[in-house]
Formats: sequence, structure tokens, C-alpha cells
Amino acid sequence: MGGHVVLGVLTRSLIGAIGLIAAANAARAADPVDIAIGYLGRASVPQTLSPLDQPAADDGVAGANLAIEDNNTTGKFLNQRFTLIDRGVKDDEDAAQAANELAGKTGFILADLPADALLKVADGLRGRGITLLNIGATDDRLREQDCRANVIHVAPTRSMLADGLAQYLVWKQWKRWLLVTGSHDNDKLFADALRRAATRFGAKIVEERTFEDTGGARRTDSGVTLIQRQMPVFTQKAPAYDVLVAADESEVFADYLPYRTWDPRPVAGSAGLRPTSWDPAQDQWGATQLQNRFMKLASRRMDALDMQAWMAVRMVGEAASRTNSGDAKTLTDYLKGPNFTIAAFKGTRLSLRDWNLQLRQPILLADGRMIVSVSPQEGFLHQVSELDTLGVDRPETKCKLQ
Amino acid sequence: MESFRYRSAFSPRPEEPAGGGRLEGRPRPRKYLSVAASLLAAALSLTTISPASAYVAFVSNEKGNTVSVIDTDTWTVTKTIKVGQRPRGIAFTRDGKFVMVAVGDDDTIQLIDAKKMEIVDTLPSGPDPELFTQDAQGKTLYVANENDNTVTVLDLEKRVRIGDVQVGVEPEGMMLSPDGKILICTSETTNMAHFIDTATRKIVANVLVDARPRYAEFKTDGSELWVSAEIGGTVSIIDPAKREVTGKIKFAVPGLRSEAIQPVGIALTKDGKTGFVALGPATRVAIVDGTTHEVKKYLLVGQRVWHMEFTPDEKYLLVTNGVSNDVSVIDVAAQKVIKTIQVGELPWGITIAQP
Repeated sequence: MGGHVVLGVLTRSLIGAIGLIAAANAARAADPVDIAIGYLGRASVPQTLSPLDQPAADDGVAGANLAIEDNNTTGKFLNQRFTLIDRGVKDDEDAAQAANELAGKTGFILADLPADALLKVADGLRGRGITLLNIGATDDRLREQDCRANVIHVAPTRSMLADGLAQYLVWKQWKRWLLVTGSHDNDKLFADALRRAATRFGAKIVEERTFEDTGGARRTDSGVTLIQRQMPVFTQKAPAYDVLVAADESEVFADYLPYRTWDPRPVAGSAGLRPTSWDPAQDQWGATQLQNRFMKLASRRMDALDMQAWMAVRMVGEAASRTNSGDAKTLTDYLKGPNFTIAAFKGTRLSLRDWNLQLRQPILLADGRMIVSVSPQEGFLHQVSELDTLGVDRPETKCKLQ
Repeated sequence: MESFRYRSAFSPRPEEPAGGGRLEGRPRPRKYLSVAASLLAAALSLTTISPASAYVAFVSNEKGNTVSVIDTDTWTVTKTIKVGQRPRGIAFTRDGKFVMVAVGDDDTIQLIDAKKMEIVDTLPSGPDPELFTQDAQGKTLYVANENDNTVTVLDLEKRVRIGDVQVGVEPEGMMLSPDGKILICTSETTNMAHFIDTATRKIVANVLVDARPRYAEFKTDGSELWVSAEIGGTVSIIDPAKREVTGKIKFAVPGLRSEAIQPVGIALTKDGKTGFVALGPATRVAIVDGTTHEVKKYLLVGQRVWHMEFTPDEKYLLVTNGVSNDVSVIDVAAQKVIKTIQVGELPWGITIAQP
């Protein structure tokens, strides 16, 4: 609309004088404001136990592309045009170098990178007026001792995920947990978050076990026979428990557990009932329309990484329409300011925690077929926002933004 | 009770049968209906002084795939009609003969014969219809198609599609200005109220409002447009002439976190002096001063309160409570909830026949 006003003024001031030049100027004035958003993603796709969980090659990017489309539908009324610059980072490639390539073209970069790579990129871009939107890394340390003023976190943290799960298990009165943790670092970090959640919400870990990753293929032709013998044995002789909670981000064993535990018990965490920011089955709060648009674009349903990318691009779009600007600093100031909120089909408005730039959001609990519940659960109260019952809260934070 | 009652004693057409079983002490027994046309004027004038009047409300039950029919005299459900998948937007045709109900998952609008209380036809609404609005003559229907960012225009008499308008992401709220010249469409992800010229079917203005705008309502004199924003938690007051936001109604319920306050349905009295706003999971209906835009009172209703409709005499306001599967009846003058009526699963929209 701003463009039209300018056009009107130009036309009036020049009318009758030099018509040709006026027409040329008017055409230039009506050009849309271009807002480019970068995307730094992992070029390699991780292996999963279930073939159904195997991410698509465009995992994440497809969500960003849908949000670009949505932003542009709105943008046509505001004379704004959004584009995505996709830059895949190979495992042996320097992410900071890739970020540098994007830095000259955009003020916002979505990053789906491991924690260390993300920090390196953030520090490399410091002082260049570029904001990173972390859509992949769930590490709490990125929002705590290693927080950065130029990184906004759209992905939830492990502690938010663990708290979302714990609230439901406690509500369900499944308070005695058998915790099984994988042998990789990220598994141990998720187990830390689960232990913290148990303490916070009154669950008890009756015993802990570690599932060693001895290597080998995720899937084999006759694997099921072996697994059927292994898993009951691995879970036998446990003290009385209500639910087996698995921490296996590395996809080594958790999906083998449901229906194979020695005692007939439900499984949660990295298999069974999983906490997540989004799920292909989510269709509440108007999400049907989002899933339909996504299906049309990507020929599949939307997963958590897609949604985190969608939210990140929508945040930039929201800032652009609220401020009627394409200026990166104006948009960043709006996102970090007190008036920013965004709707994301999760039944409530999302906002940023000003102490560490983490997006507040409900956590969905999904079993791979349906959304079983959405946390925060009823009755877990908070003086500011019930969403802050999930994850590390302001009084506990170690983050000093700089 | 299967006879249709919405026309009842107020029918301008005396050949229509009357509804039976009216409570004792209420005026207009059945015999008045057979009087000559000359007596009709007198009969009609009685309606303005009657203490209570029988109307019929149709409520769409989003999960139940049914429409509940409520008698406003006895406040009971008299009939449950099976409809298509996911019924939401619902409204009587202007002639009172049909109830249109948008069944989004079947990609159509079904027509319920209000007399027979059964589905008799469908309208080519375009995909995933949710809310719709019609012109004063009942000739043109405008439907929001959430899935493809479109407003579909239908000829209601011929029941054919005659055009469409491209709008923002996820169009939802639909309302015509009282003079019929401007169609308002709210788009939930674009966060705008689009002003569409009904003559040219072109967007003439876009007004940015708060997040997830769901419903639009004009004052009957056309002086104000109210737009609710479910996730933003506000109602924007828009000057329809200037096409800009001139004020915002904010809500605060003690003991309730602000995220739970999610305004959806709006109803304004004909004199424009009082507004009612459904606050969703806040389980409240806010009563707002139509002039100062101050919230005067919060009425406790059921869970996830969605949409609302006045009885034609404006004595009562009926609101649908999605999660608690009931309809609350508000006495408008007393500003009190006087009744709760159990309906089908997840009630969403409501329409009441005009006399």
C-alpha cells in the first residue's frame, strides 16, 4: 500500500510536466520490497530405525518454501516479495564459509546445524546485522551458557520437549519411569533433560539402563527375529515401573522397544509417545489448511523440521507486515521487541523469551498415528505464561545475551 | 414437534401451519393464525410486547456431523439432523425456507429444508467452505474457501458459481456492509480484513489486524466494523469509511492467562450500543459498551465458546460452547446466563430464523 501512496504523490507532482519520465518513475516506485531469507541446511540425511521416519530430501526446506508462499500471498497486498536462498552444507564443509556466502544477500538465515557449527556461524556473523534463526538444534546450552544475541531459536529445547512429556506422564499418573539411554552424547543430553523433568514434575526414575551402540546397520533383512529376542531380555528384571522412557536421539534402539518390553508397559520419549514441536498427524486449530497447502507443495505431510522452518520464515514475514518494512534491523527489532507474537496452529500465540530469544510454544505428544495430547497440561501453572512451564525459565537461566 | 416452528405466529403468510405446544400464558394461540390478512398487522404488533417468543435455532455440531434444532420457547432440542462432514458455518436463507450449512470436509454447502428438516440440495461452494454471508435480497452468497485463499461467489437462486476473488491466506470471517457495497473477508494467516467491492469483485483495501482474524461484524448503521483476532486476543474497531483501525478492545479476566483469551464470535445489538464477544477457551462472553468500547462484564459460559446469534427480538443471545457440547442462553437485558442446552458434539455455528 505504501507503494501506491508513493506512486500517487509521484504522479501528481509530475503530471502534465514530463509525462514519460513520470511514468518511468511510477513504475520504479511500485516495485515490491524484496526480502531474501537464507537457508543453511544439512545436505546429508540421517538414518532412522523406521523407514517411515526417514526424512525426505527437502525436509525443512519444504516448510520454508511454504512459508515463503504464504508470506508472498500476504506480501502482494503490502508490496513485499519474499525469496528463499537454499544453501545445503555437506558434513565435511565449513558452515561458517557457507554462511559468509549468504551474508551479502540476506539479513536472515535459517540454520539447521549441529550446536558447534551453529555457534561458529553465529560468531562469524557477529556485528554484520544478520540474524540466525535456529530451526534444528535442540541443545539447551545454545539458549543458556552459549547463548548469542544474533540467534533466535525456533526449535524447542530438549528440556522443553522433556517437560512437555513429563507433564503428561505425571497427569496420567505414570510416575515411575524406567529410563533407558543411548550411548551417544546427544542421547545423554536428552536423558539429562528427562531427569530434570522428572524432578520438576514429581516423577521418579526407578532405574536407569544404557543401551550401547555397538555399530551395525539400522535395518537388515532378518533383523526382526534378533530384535524380538534382544529387547525382552534387555528390559527384564526391572523394578516396578509405569512407563519406559527412552533417550535415543541417535536412532539406535528406541523404536525396537514398543510391544517388546519384558513387562507390558508403554514406551515414551524417543519412541512410542514422543514430544515434538509438530507432527504429520497434527490437524487441530486450523492446521488442516496448513497440512493441505504443504501436501500440495511437497507431496507429503509436514514434520517438525518443516514446521520449525515454516515458523521461522513466517516470523520474518510477520515482522515485515507489522512494520511495513523490509529493513533487516527494523524487522529484527520488532521480533525481539515486546509486541511480537505469532500464530502457528498450536492453539495459542507464540512469543519470544526475551532473556534468551527462545520461541515459547506448546509441545505436541504424538504416537506416530495421532496427537495424543498437547502440553502444557492443565494445572501446571505459571505466573507469566503457562508455556514457560516448559524448559528453562527466566529465574534459572544462565544466558547473558551478547 | 417435528413441524417447523420458526415461522409460527409471526409468519406473514397465514396459510403456513403454526407450531404447537406453546407454553401456557404466552400469547398467540393457534387460532390467530387462521385469521384474515387484515388482522395480521395487529398480530405482528403483538410480537413487540410479547414476553417470550418461539423461534427455532439451528446449531452445527462440528464433530457430530449433525445439526441440532432448538426450540427457544422450551429451550429444548427438538430434532437432530444428520449432515455432511465437519459442519461449521450455518445460516438461514433470507426467505427462511432453507438452512445452509457448510460441510468443509465434503467441500460443499448443504441445504436443509427448514420445514422437512432434511437435506434437499447442495451448493457448489468451492473447496473447504467455512463461513459465508449473503446479500440482503438473498440472491448472492459469498463463501470463504480456507484451502485455496479464495472467496467464491454464488448465485443463490440458480445455485451456481458466478465468480471468485483471490484473498489472503486462509480466508474465514465473511460479512457484508449494511448497504451491501463492501464485502469483508478476514484471512487468518495473512492477518487482514480485506475490503472487497461487491460490484467489481476487486479488493479495494486491506486492513491489518491482530493474529488470526476469525469474525467480522458491522454495526447496523455501518459506522463501525468489529474484527476479532483469535490468537492476537483482541477485537479491532475499524472505521469502514477511512478503512483503518481506530481502536482495539482488549480483554483481561482475573486469574486467567492472556493466551487463553481468544475472541471469535461477535454480536452487536441493532442499536449498536452493546457488543458481545465470545472468548473461546476463556469460557467467557465479554459484554462491551458499543460506544466507549469498554468491557463491562464477563459472563461465564461453556468451554471453547465459538459463535452466537440473537433471537430476532434481541431478548436472548445463544452461544455455542465447542468443548462442553452445549449452548448457553444469555438474557440480553439482564446480562445473565439463564440456561444451558445440551446439543451434539462440538457445537460451532448457530442461526435463528427471522420472523
